[in-house]
Amino acid sequence: MNKSEQILPHGHLLRYALKERLTHWVAAGAYIYLLMTGLAFWSPWLFWVAVIFGGAPVSRMLHPWAGLIFFAAVWYMYVMWAPQMKHTDVDKAWWKAVRYYSTNQDDKMPPAGRYNAGQKFLFWGFFWSAVALLASGVVLWFPEYIPWNLRFLRYISILIHPAAALFTIGLFLIHVYMGVFAERGAFGSVIRGDVSIAFAKRYHPGWYKEIVGESSTPRK
Amino acid sequence: MSQAILRVQKISGHAGSVPGEGTQREYTVCKLIDTTTCIGCKACEVACMEWNDLPFGETVFDNTYQTMPETRWNYWNLILFNEHVREEDGSLMWLMRKNQCMHCAEPGCLAACPADGAIVQYTNGIVDFQQANCIGCGYCITGCPFDIPKMNPKTHRVFKCTLCTDRVSEGLEPACIKSCPTGCLHFGSKDDMLDLAGKRAKQLREHSNFPHAGVYDPPGVGGTGVIYVLHDATKPEIYGGLPSDPHVPWTVKLWKGPLKWLGNVAMVGGLIGLFVHYLRFGPKAREEEDINPSGGKP
Ligand code: HEM
Ligand code: SF4
Ligand code: SF4
Repeated sequence: MNKSEQILPHGHLLRYALKERLTHWVAAGAYIYLLMTGLAFWSPWLFWVAVIFGGAPVSRMLHPWAGLIFFAAVWYMYVMWAPQMKHTDVDKAWWKAVRYYSTNQDDKMPPAGRYNAGQKFLFWGFFWSAVALLASGVVLWFPEYIPWNLRFLRYISILIHPAAALFTIGLFLIHVYMGVFAERGAFGSVIRGDVSIAFAKRYHPGWYKEIVGESSTPRK
Repeated sequence: MSQAILRVQKISGHAGSVPGEGTQREYTVCKLIDTTTCIGCKACEVACMEWNDLPFGETVFDNTYQTMPETRWNYWNLILFNEHVREEDGSLMWLMRKNQCMHCAEPGCLAACPADGAIVQYTNGIVDFQQANCIGCGYCITGCPFDIPKMNPKTHRVFKCTLCTDRVSEGLEPACIKSCPTGCLHFGSKDDMLDLAGKRAKQLREHSNFPHAGVYDPPGVGGTGVIYVLHDATKPEIYGGLPSDPHVPWTVKLWKGPLKWLGNVAMVGGLIGLFVHYLRFGPKAREEEDINPSGGKP
C-alpha cells in the first residue's frame, strides 16, 4: 500500500485495507462457529449449543469444513502479514515493560510499530495453533479410516486438538478484550479500516512515523 | 436399541445425574466363550446376522478360516482364525476366537462419546449404542481398546454388537449362544460364568496338556461382559490379537479428566479475570480523546 494513500482526511489514517478486513472477518466468523460447535462437544454442559447451530450431527458435519475456511483465512493472513510480524529489539523491550501495558501506562511503553509485541504473539499463536488444529482435526474428521496400527494418531489428536483450541481461546479472549474494550478505536479499524491520528500515535508511534514521516505534514 | 425394560446406569455425554443409577439390583450378565471347544463353524456369525436383520455384505477369502479381516458396521460377530505353532512340541493349533464387543464394565467408547445418550450401559452391564442420539464423531472408535465400534459410511452412525439387548431383556439368551453347536458359548450371570470358566480352565490345566490355560477377564477395563477360556492365557495376542492388558487409552483419560477440568477452570477464570481487569483499569483511553485528538495537532 502506498504510504500517502494511507493518510485520510479529517485526521485519520488507514490501518486496514479492505482485503485485510475481509480476511479478518472470514477468520473470525469461522472461528466463532468452530468455537461454539467445538465447545458443544467439549462439555456435556454445553451440548445444547450445538442444538442452536442446527443440531449436533449438523455441527459435527460442518465443523471440519468451517475449519478449512478458518485455516485458509489464517494462511492468507500469514501471506499478508508474516513479514510485519518479525520479532525485533523493540519487541524485546516491549515484553520487559508489559506490566505497564497491562496497567494502562502506555506512555511508559517502548514505541511499537504497526504491531506491538503482544499482537505479534497473538498472530504466531493463532498461526501455529491453526496448523496443529488442522493436522489433528483431519484425523478426528476421519477416525474410521485410520488403520488400527496407526491408532496412536487418533490418541494424540484427541489431546492436541482441544489443547490447541484452549490455547487459542485464551488468545481469543484477550484479543477481543483488547480490540473491543481496552483500546477504543481498534474495533473501528477492522470495520471501517481507519484509526484516528491520536490512536496511531498512542498505540503505534513507530507505524505513525513510518506513514506520516517526522517532517511531512499530513492532509487535513 | 433402547429397551424400556432395562434401566440405565451410565450415559455418554450426559450432564447431571443418571436416572437409573442405583435404582435396581440386576445381575451383571456375561457371555462365556470357550476357545478350546470352538470349531470355527460360524453358526454364531449367521445367527447374529439373522437375528439383528443385518444386510448381507461381501466376504473376503484370504486362504484361512476367517470370513473377513475385521468386524464391520453390519457384521458384529466374527470368528478370528490363527494357525499357531506351539513352542512346547512344535505341534499346530488352529485357534478360533469369536470377536465382538466385550461389554466392558468401564467402557472406553462411552467415556469418549460427547453425545448425550448415544451410548448407554444398562444395569445388567450391557453397553448399547443408541444410533438416534449418535452424531457420528467417531470418538468411540478412539476410546475402544478392542477396535469394535464401526462407522456406517452412509448414515454416519456407529454400530456394534448389542449383546442381543432385545432378547436378553425378554429373558432369552443372545442369538449367537443359541446357535452354537458345540456348546462352547454360555450365557448367564457374571458370577456363574466366571465360576464355570474357572472350572474349565482348571480341567484344561490338570487333565489336558495346557498348563497355562486360564480365563480372560481383563481388569484394565474393569472386567468384561464377555470372557474367554484360553488354552494359553499368558499369550492372548495369538488369538487374533486379543490385547493382553487392555486399557482405555491414557490420552483419552487425560482428555476427559484433567484436561477438561483445567480447560474449564482456565476459560471461566479468564473471563472473570478480564472482567475484573476492566473494572480496575478500564479502557486505555476514552473514545472522545480519539475522535478529537488532543495529543498535539498533526
Ligand atoms: C482447522 C481445521 C479444523 C478441523 C479440520 C477440525 C475438526 C474437528 C473435528 C473433526 C472434531 C471432532 C468432532 C467435531 O466435529 O466437533 C473437532 C472437535 C473440536 N474442535 Fe475442531 N477442527 C478445526 C479447527 C478448530 C478450531 C479453530 C477450534 C477453535 C476453537 C476447534 C475447536 C474444537 C473443539 C473444542 C473440539 C471438541 C474437542 C473435544 O471434544 O474435546 N477446532 N474438530
Ligand atoms: S460416533 Fe460414537 S462417540 Fe460419536 S456420538 Fe456416535 S456413539 Fe458417540
Ligand atoms: S469393547 Fe469397545 S465398544 Fe465394546 S464396550 Fe468395550 S470399549 Fe465399548
